[in-house]
Amino acid sequence: MSRDPSVRDAMPVRDAMLAAVPSLRAFAISLSANVDRADDLVQETLLRAWANIDSFEPGTNMSAWLFTILRNLFRSEYRKRRREVADSDGSYADSMKTQPEQSSRVEFEEFREALAKLPGDQREALILVGASGFSYEEAAMICGCAVGTIKSRVNRARTRLAELLSIESIEDLGPDRELRAVFSGSSGS
Amino acid sequence: MRERKQPSLPEGIMDVQPSSVRTGPALNRDIQTKIGQQLRAIYDDVVDQGVPDRFVELLRNLDREKGKGDRGDEDSTE
Repeated sequence: MSRDPSVRDAMPVRDAMLAAVPSLRAFAISLSANVDRADDLVQETLLRAWANIDSFEPGTNMSAWLFTILRNLFRSEYRKRRREVADSDGSYADSMKTQPEQSSRVEFEEFREALAKLPGDQREALILVGASGFSYEEAAMICGCAVGTIKSRVNRARTRLAELLSIESIEDLGPDRELRAVFSGSSGS
Repeated sequence: MRERKQPSLPEGIMDVQPSSVRTGPALNRDIQTKIGQQLRAIYDDVVDQGVPDRFVELLRNLDREKGKGDRGDEDSTE
C-alpha cells in the first residue's frame, strides 16, 4: 500500500477500469456507429491504459482518462480508415438489448437519425456532457480543447437537434397545416 | 435564443404567428428536455448491458500477468 500507490494496487485499478467499461462502450458506439468496432476500441483502450498506467495520476478521474485514450485511438484510426464501415443504420438498434415499444421506437429512430446528422465534434461534445455526465471542463480535457469550445459545440448540437426534431414533434402535435408549413420552412438548414 | 428566419412564405401563413401559439422558449424547452432524455436513453441502454465477459476476462489476464512479471516487463504493449 505504501510502496507505490499508482501501480501497486492492481486491484483498484482493475476495478476502476471495469467500472468504466459500460460507459466507455456507450461512448465508443456513439463514435464509431458500429458495435463490434466499438468493442474493439474499448479493448484497445484498456490495453493501452494498462500499459501506461504509470502516466495515470492517482486521485484524478480514471474514467475521464480512459475516455481520452479511447477518443484518441478513435481519432487516429478514423484518420486512417476513413470510416469505411460506417453502418449508420441499425447500429444503435443492434446495440439495443431491450426493444422499445412501437411508438417510442419510432421516436427513437428519428432521434438517432437526427443525432447522426450532427458533425462528429458536436455529437461527441453533446454525448460527453449530456449523456456521460462529464463536466464541461472534463469534456474539454477529453477532447483536448478549450472549455468554451465544448460549450459552443454542445449548444450548436442542441440547437441543430432541436431544429431537426421540431419538424417531427410539430407533426406529433398535429397543428394546422399552415402552422406546420411555417415550422418546416423555418427549420431549413 | 435563435430567432426563426422566415423564408418566403405566402401571405396568409404569416398571420399564424407561431410564436404566439406554441413555440419559442416553451416549445424549445420541451424539445431540449426530450433531447436530453433520448440521449440518455440511447446511452444508458448500452451502459445497462454491463461489462461483457471479454473485458472481465481481458483485465483478469492482464492482472495475472502483472502479478507474475511483477514490475519488470509491463510495457511490452508499446
